[in-house]
Amino acid sequence: MAFLTLNNIQKSFGPVQVVHNFNMGINKGEFVSFLGPSGCGKTTILRMIAGFEAPSGGSIVIDGKDQGALKPNQRNIGMVFQAYALFPNMNVHDNVAFGLKVAGAQKTEIDQRVKQMLGLIKLEHLADRFPYQLSGGQQQRVALARALAVKPQVLLLDEPLSALDAKIRVSLREEIRQIQQQLGITTVFVTHDQEEALSISDRIVVMNAGHADQIGTPFEIYNTPATRFVASFVGTLNIIEGKVADPASGAVTIGGQRISLKEPVAGLKGGDSISLALRPEAGSIAEGARGDTALIGEVVATSFLGSVIRTKLRVGNDIISFDTFNDPGLTPPVSGENVTLRFAAKDLLVIRE
Amino acid sequence: MKAQRLGAWIAIAIGAGYFIIPLLGTLEFSLRMRRGQYSFDAYQSVFSDIQFRETFGYSMMMAFLTIIFGMLLVVPTAYWVRLRLPQVRPVVEFITLLPLVIPAIVIVFGYLRLYNSSSILPLTGSTSGTNALLMFSYMTLSLPYMYRAVDTATRAIDVRTLTEAAESLGAKWPTILFRCIFPNVMSGVLSGSFITFAIVMGEFTMAALLNRPAFGPYLQLVGANKAYEPSALAVIAFAITWLSMGLIQLVSRFQKSAPAKA
Repeated sequence: MAFLTLNNIQKSFGPVQVVHNFNMGINKGEFVSFLGPSGCGKTTILRMIAGFEAPSGGSIVIDGKDQGALKPNQRNIGMVFQAYALFPNMNVHDNVAFGLKVAGAQKTEIDQRVKQMLGLIKLEHLADRFPYQLSGGQQQRVALARALAVKPQVLLLDEPLSALDAKIRVSLREEIRQIQQQLGITTVFVTHDQEEALSISDRIVVMNAGHADQIGTPFEIYNTPATRFVASFVGTLNIIEGKVADPASGAVTIGGQRISLKEPVAGLKGGDSISLALRPEAGSIAEGARGDTALIGEVVATSFLGSVIRTKLRVGNDIISFDTFNDPGLTPPVSGENVTLRFAAKDLLVIRE
Repeated sequence: MKAQRLGAWIAIAIGAGYFIIPLLGTLEFSLRMRRGQYSFDAYQSVFSDIQFRETFGYSMMMAFLTIIFGMLLVVPTAYWVRLRLPQVRPVVEFITLLPLVIPAIVIVFGYLRLYNSSSILPLTGSTSGTNALLMFSYMTLSLPYMYRAVDTATRAIDVRTLTEAAESLGAKWPTILFRCIFPNVMSGVLSGSFITFAIVMGEFTMAALLNRPAFGPYLQLVGANKAYEPSALAVIAFAITWLSMGLIQLVSRFQKSAPAKA
């Protein structure tokens, strides 16, 4: 049985419903990321778990206990905010000790725990500093230590890396994941950054307009997106518009060229439009490239990105981007040249709306 | 360009002269009590007057109580309005501005009608009741300044997120208010307090009509009956006001040194 269960959660602000019948179970020790654009409802779900918002319907159960009647200060949930939210009047030690003091812990116990937490985030030497004397990354690590000091049953992270610069973001997300695994704490992480979500999560929930479009491992989300939204939001993806030629055999036409999908097309008839998705790294124009499917197109642009060369190919009315590793022995294609793009039929995914 | 700058300096000199010359005159006059030489006789006379000490002490105590109760009223109100009821903020701002547009004499007559000895709440029926009424009236007078100072200070911190952070760590409302919010709006509270102090120390209308032995009526009494002492008292009153303003500056400078880094 799941440790944290969200049963048919709904939330409306006035006439606007921002979360629609959301269901999910999160296992103990699991790291789950809610990924989606602004306004998709991900933060609202997090705030409902924390108790800052009351669900309009449904229930939240943690370790078998319904949280509906509990106030935020009764839930034993650690939360890290985007804006750090360290208490400006307290130094690092007192910030981390705050929850323990509120809980009435003994001074020796508090000091020991604070030392342990500051050791965990490697900031023991900054215990006497005030928040304004710390960098953004340091403040967020202190906020993490403060949230963990009270040994919460669930850790909630509300876009904790958004306010940091790119380099710090990468190192801190790795640190967060390492600490989470070390403590085995059930964690819910909200982000709009797909790379962040893909790199540190056990599972990802892709949110779209208050619905969970897909729940799956980073591998599943990236390789087999369930909807057009997931496909376009996670990673770079070519959306190719085609026509069904023969549903039974999975034959479709793209720009007048007939190819076969890996399986029959269900629910569509001959002549219907169909949306297909292809990852940029799935295709190649190199001689001897593997792939049971081929499309001929005209090169419209080539971008040199260092280790990768991105080529844009026009096939019918669609522009297909694909990436190939930079090989100094090969000459990149030039605009106007006709080339054959090869890929495996299994990499061409049918996208539902 | 030079002519413009000269004009500006002349304007400043005229303005400063308009303010400083009477003050210097008052100071000079207050030192002329002894015939033919400057002395502090007028100040000595003022400080040795038992009524001065009584009224000054009374007003100090009233100022202190006004600040305490004003803080207890204004800080939670400003906090709550910012956190939970942002939509009523214009209403609260309007209410807090009313004491600026309603003359003190109108307010005190209203109080006398509402709280006279034959009313349901006869505050004026006893000394302690009248003292309480005077303190509440001082709170009303200082409300525009106190509320604005505290509201500005709450605007400088992320009240909502700090509250939620404290709540998620198990804190209840009194802990959140007194340990997480109050210390972070202290600069605003202190600024409001010093203004309140200056207002209470010089207030005349309320204290006179409620017949309480405050410093304001004493100033008026001395002014009507003595020659040099009123000037000395005026200088003392200015010194108190300036001290309060200086402390406000000091407190706000102290606060500026502690912004959170991004």
